[in-house]
Amino acid sequence: MKIRTLILAGIAGATGLGAVAASSAMAAGDQFFPMLVYRTGPYAPSGIPVANGFRDYYTLLNKRDGGINGVKVTFEECETEYNTKLGVECYEKLKNGGSTGATMFNPYSTGITYQLIPKAAVDEVPILSMGYGRTAAADGRVFEWVFNFPTTYWSQASAFINYVGLQEGGMDKLKDLKIAHVYHNSAYGKEANPTLEALAAKYGFELTLLAVDHPGQEQKATWLQVRKKRPDWVFMSGWGVMNQVAIKEAAAINFKMDHFVGNWWSGSDADVVPAGKGSIGYKSATFHAPGDGYQVHKDIVKYVYDGDEAKAKGNNIGEVLYNRAVVNAMFGTEAVRTAMGKFGDKAMTGKQVRWGLENLDLTAARLKELGMEGFTLPVKVSCVDHETGGPIAIQQWDGAKWSVVSDWIPTNRAVVRPLVEKAAAAYAAENKITPRTCN
Amino acid sequence: MLYREAGQFKTSYTADQTVFPILQDRWCMAAIIAVAFSVPLFSSEYMLQAVLIPFLIYALAAIGLNLLTGYCGQLSLGTGAFMMVGGYMTYKLTTSFPEVNILIVFMLAGLCSAFVGLIFGIPSLRIKGFYLAVATLAAQFFLSWLFNKVGWFVNYSPSGSITAPPRELFGILVTGPRASAEVRYLMVLSIVVVMALAAKNLIRGRVGRSWMAIRDMDIAAEIIGIRPVQTKLLAFTISSFYCGVAGAMVVFLWLGSAETEAFDINQSFLVLFMVIIGGLGSILGSFLGAAFITVTPIILTNAPPMFGIHMAIDLQKHIEIMLFGSLIVFFLIVEPKGLARLWQITKEKLRLWPFPY
Repeated sequence: MKIRTLILAGIAGATGLGAVAASSAMAAGDQFFPMLVYRTGPYAPSGIPVANGFRDYYTLLNKRDGGINGVKVTFEECETEYNTKLGVECYEKLKNGGSTGATMFNPYSTGITYQLIPKAAVDEVPILSMGYGRTAAADGRVFEWVFNFPTTYWSQASAFINYVGLQEGGMDKLKDLKIAHVYHNSAYGKEANPTLEALAAKYGFELTLLAVDHPGQEQKATWLQVRKKRPDWVFMSGWGVMNQVAIKEAAAINFKMDHFVGNWWSGSDADVVPAGKGSIGYKSATFHAPGDGYQVHKDIVKYVYDGDEAKAKGNNIGEVLYNRAVVNAMFGTEAVRTAMGKFGDKAMTGKQVRWGLENLDLTAARLKELGMEGFTLPVKVSCVDHETGGPIAIQQWDGAKWSVVSDWIPTNRAVVRPLVEKAAAAYAAENKITPRTCN
Repeated sequence: MLYREAGQFKTSYTADQTVFPILQDRWCMAAIIAVAFSVPLFSSEYMLQAVLIPFLIYALAAIGLNLLTGYCGQLSLGTGAFMMVGGYMTYKLTTSFPEVNILIVFMLAGLCSAFVGLIFGIPSLRIKGFYLAVATLAAQFFLSWLFNKVGWFVNYSPSGSITAPPRELFGILVTGPRASAEVRYLMVLSIVVVMALAAKNLIRGRVGRSWMAIRDMDIAAEIIGIRPVQTKLLAFTISSFYCGVAGAMVVFLWLGSAETEAFDINQSFLVLFMVIIGGLGSILGSFLGAAFITVTPIILTNAPPMFGIHMAIDLQKHIEIMLFGSLIVFFLIVEPKGLARLWQITKEKLRLWPFPY
């Protein structure tokens, strides 16, 4: 190789590196939402609808309402491939974006959330990990900057047990039951285990914990154990390719599909379609309705896609994860609106948005105004309680679409909250955090 | 012209045996280290946190693997596992004994990793090459199972993930979320400089020479009096020590928290690629390989917006992956022996410049 070429290559590399340092400038006065997305990699089938949902809702706000109270919304995507290390890099890149810094982060990965929780307090950027991440963050006294409303993995597990109780005809029937938890062997999958163990001790059912290693393409051994143990109900905390493999395996051993319940990350269209007819009857938890029949969807088709329904369908409108992202984006923007109510109609800083999140009171009337009546439930966050422990619903796949088949099932706050406080206290002790007092 | 050693006479054995025998190299090295230590003065947090810290940590891991694979010829796919031991043991030790100096904890965690490396190095006495690589894979799977399964290592945290608690060194916060990127960078840099110099010296001495003898022909090495058992196991031990310290830095000085997935099989492959692209059997190669693998994707991601090109994020990512792949192929075609060999050729040409023949 010629020296000249080598030197040129070196110079080109150095220029590129220098350019990295300077980040792109944003228009002044805009509310900047960073987006950690994964449109590529093994989890892309889940990541694409989520990213599209956020993008469409922010675009809708700009086109329909001219932003939030007149402040325009800007957003920038950063690709993480669901990889923790890339997620941290994206966070560093975007946290100072926009005129007032990042509004909040929605990592959509429990692994990345774990990384960002300690950093958020230092950089004063709130994190809204809606229904994922570290459950202990529900204790707002220790985790000032982290929010995981409307409900968490632990509350979800307790609601699942309540649902089983309802189906079996009473909580006292639980003591004769065998329940298995099939989980992704990672921080995310293990979240529900302590709650299920506590509930097993309380109600006397026999709990079997079955780990599936990442990425979960091979689960023969797990389902052999299910066949041996013959559990009455199976609960699953899966993600990505693990879900469809588990559903196929369950169908292969003729497990009763209506006794197989996934958590809310194991119940999207991409999970059930590959298993074909075998997945009919499969259930999963959710905290918002499936489908695209709500006013907000009509608005998105009208304003974002100029009435082109086919194009909207191609961008996943109405899919479970798309809807979840719309709900999440709405929570975030409503929190900004709440903050504006106190600090005035201008771009909010991370600190002001944190106040907005903590004082968010989303009423049924407000949801109706937003075109989301019946789509999700009202939420009221407080200083102590960043979770709110909202109820969940069970949805079922009929071979063509998801539909909700239960009432809203309450979570077991009496069991979950002490566990949350214990875990939060342990975290505070380990990291030398003095919990604040909430009055 | 500038890079010429004419007139530099060695008058003593010490002068003849220095690490960098050429005067210009010594200046260069001193200048690089000086610049490296002054980087925090003019660098952004993103640059430190997302580019330089991971580069240095991976460089240390690559040195560790290079000692084993490049110098001793033992192919290993257990790098990620040895880094995992370093990270998890640092956490366990520093939460159990919070008053112990964090640097000492890093070294102790490195020793734990070295011990684990010693155990998993035993198959190398019987098998070689690809078969050995497969045997070291066992370390990867066994250790990630162990740290996932046994709650004691993570202080029974329900999610099984570890978080770096705040620790001070000379009264300055060096780990935990409130430690500034500058301080963490300087800490990583100091550790890497010291350990890289140690490695450079190690391979010039008796130990390094016996490793290279084993690599080049183990039977001949045995005949001239090198004991293969001790030599190979020592290579595994020292290599794992380096990887263990790198793993400790991943958790404590870079990411701040981790689960076993952060040290999966992909990490082992990544470090192996760094060693191969950088150059087997070269300390400089470890740095070049680490720089290439960690920094190139970041440049490729950030380059299009710099030039005002805005495209869909997934398209950009796919282009980045393709470009990165073709760069690897390009460099390996241009110089199969790695970037370090390219630098060596450049050096030889520089000596003749401007009158090549």
